[in-house]
Amino acid sequence: MAAEPLPELAAVHWRPRVDAQRLRRTDALWTTTTIAHVVPFLAAGIALFLVQPLAVPVTLAAFAHAWVIPELYAQRGANVVRPKRSRALVEAEARSVGLLGDLVGHEARELHASTGLVLERGRLGAWLVGPAGALLVRPGGRRVLCYCVGVNDPELPSGDRIAHLLLALRSDERGFATVANLAFSGARWRVRRRLAAAMRPALDAGTAAARLLDTRAMP
Amino acid sequence: MSRLIRMDQTGHTTLAEWRADDAEAIEAAVRAFREELDRGYFAMVSTGEGQAEQVRELPVDADLVIMRLPISGG
Repeated sequence: MAAEPLPELAAVHWRPRVDAQRLRRTDALWTTTTIAHVVPFLAAGIALFLVQPLAVPVTLAAFAHAWVIPELYAQRGANVVRPKRSRALVEAEARSVGLLGDLVGHEARELHASTGLVLERGRLGAWLVGPAGALLVRPGGRRVLCYCVGVNDPELPSGDRIAHLLLALRSDERGFATVANLAFSGARWRVRRRLAAAMRPALDAGTAAARLLDTRAMP
Repeated sequence: MSRLIRMDQTGHTTLAEWRADDAEAIEAAVRAFREELDRGYFAMVSTGEGQAEQVRELPVDADLVIMRLPISGG
């Protein structure tokens, strides 16, 4: 990736620039937060049952909370690539997809046609770029970060939206991850089950790409 | 033939086309390029597989220069 930072970083000057180490800290923070949400409900449920076995409905409600809260976070993450209806004309959509096709290889073109996401291999991981967000599959493929990021023109066709993000990502990957808003960081399986079925092959392809990445080369 | 295009509501619009030996066409392309920069667009050029670079002057030898809008966190 080129060294010149994204000009959009000026709008988020207070954010520290993302790098692999910062991502690892972010991952750890999200894991800790998830544990902090889940463990008290599990512990409360078990304690209630031990104190009063007749309180089993309350125990089950506590367990349900322990399950639902991480699921809601994962849903929030998956929503960043949820397809939205485009306001652009059909011709504009086709034209924008044509341009996008010129920017990516055959494999990425086919994946976009079937899933709506473009796979881009970066140094921080394998990116899956959609019109209004991107998933970053970390090297090893076990963890996914979900970023909400886009271009502020509601009339732009989806191919152009992806091309905007792709060009920004290619010019400054770390800057891209800094400008984007993190919606979720967690286990890949959590995100996968919340994705639309048609998009899951993209995450699988991203995972395969991320498993091949060399973590020693990460910035 | 090199092209300057802008991603917009039509998919994309070709703003200028030029050849390296056509000074008049290059001048028109530079003018169009600066107008887009003034409108808040950023100019991007692909520099290899998976790589792109922002440019502030029209790279006359580039095959394709793409104007994009700023991105932001949603």
